[in-house]
Amino acid sequence: MAALHFELVTPERLVRSEEVYMVTVPGSEGDFGALHGLAPMMTALKPDAALSVFNTEGAAPETIRVQGGFAEVSATGLTVLAEAIIS
Amino acid sequence: MASLKALKIRINSVKSTQKITKAMKMVAAAKLRRAQEAAEAGRPYAERMAAVMASLGSQVTLSTSTPKLLAGTGKDAVHLLVVATSDKGLAGAFNTNIVRLARKAAEDLKAQGKTVKIYCIGKKGRDGLARLYKKDIIHSVEPGDLGKCNFADAQAIANDLTARFEAGEFDVAHLFFSKFESVLAQTPTQLQIIPVPVLEADAMAKTDAAVDYEPDEETLLATLLPRNLAVQLHRATLENAASEQGSKMTAMDNATRNAGDMINRLTIQYNRSRQAAITTELVEIISGAEAL
Repeated sequence: MAALHFELVTPERLVRSEEVYMVTVPGSEGDFGALHGLAPMMTALKPDAALSVFNTEGAAPETIRVQGGFAEVSATGLTVLAEAIIS
Repeated sequence: MASLKALKIRINSVKSTQKITKAMKMVAAAKLRRAQEAAEAGRPYAERMAAVMASLGSQVTLSTSTPKLLAGTGKDAVHLLVVATSDKGLAGAFNTNIVRLARKAAEDLKAQGKTVKIYCIGKKGRDGLARLYKKDIIHSVEPGDLGKCNFADAQAIANDLTARFEAGEFDVAHLFFSKFESVLAQTPTQLQIIPVPVLEADAMAKTDAAVDYEPDEETLLATLLPRNLAVQLHRATLENAASEQGSKMTAMDNATRNAGDMINRLTIQYNRSRQAAITTELVEIISGAEAL
């Protein structure tokens, strides 16, 4: 199973750039899980959203809370452009 | 021949100049590190944003309802040059290089029969361009200390630009800033910001599947486009801040070295005249004694 290339960037810095198994993204129209090979799409995020990153299949998810932004799924992977990270 | 006293005063004056340039160099070096980190950390976001915009732009089918920031006004007559420089000088050729690039672009556009308007960010750019294109400058803002500019400032400028664009003041906008490569190299750069440059369809890996947009592409584009503009402006400011400090550091380093050379030259001249004075005095005493 090929890995998904996941990038998380804010205006201040590149927060993440790594290969993961799956990321669940809370889109404004509904949550979805991004796996490798997902059809290209582009969505706004919920105003206060929590991304769940699964490094491997079945692993415990790591939660990253972000504030506003966009997610893009393309042939190269998943890119999340967030306005800020809430730690 | 300058008198001994005049030379002494001159040497002291050059020495205090050297002290100032040395201090400025050190301040620039300290500020540079912070500015450089900020510029490099801000790059990925701006680049991803530009990539997302470009791929989005190439996928969307243009229609009358497509936002103008992406599709353009359909004309190519009035060009706006957004020239981002700094407010302060003493930074070597930093401001001059940006102004020169902008001037070249303005000349090229004018030669093609286009109307050129200029929007200045930074006092130095305005001063440099005002001599030749006083009539063309439509607005200028003074950002103050570039290192303290934040995203909100860029947002404000972006909003102003968008409002002007929607009022039909211009058709195409180019942004001029200095890209920070290293302490020794800063490249003046030109970037088209309105309408968003769209990649050629075959230049990118295109997938057969149409991209899904949530919410619909109109809503998405309407929020993404002004945001992209602010991000690109913010990035230009960050790059400029780092370039300014880098350029200032180099310039002040050179100035310190030049002052050192000058002090050496003046000291030699001072010693020579002192020796000449002593010799004259000796000759006078000896010839006086012989005459007795």
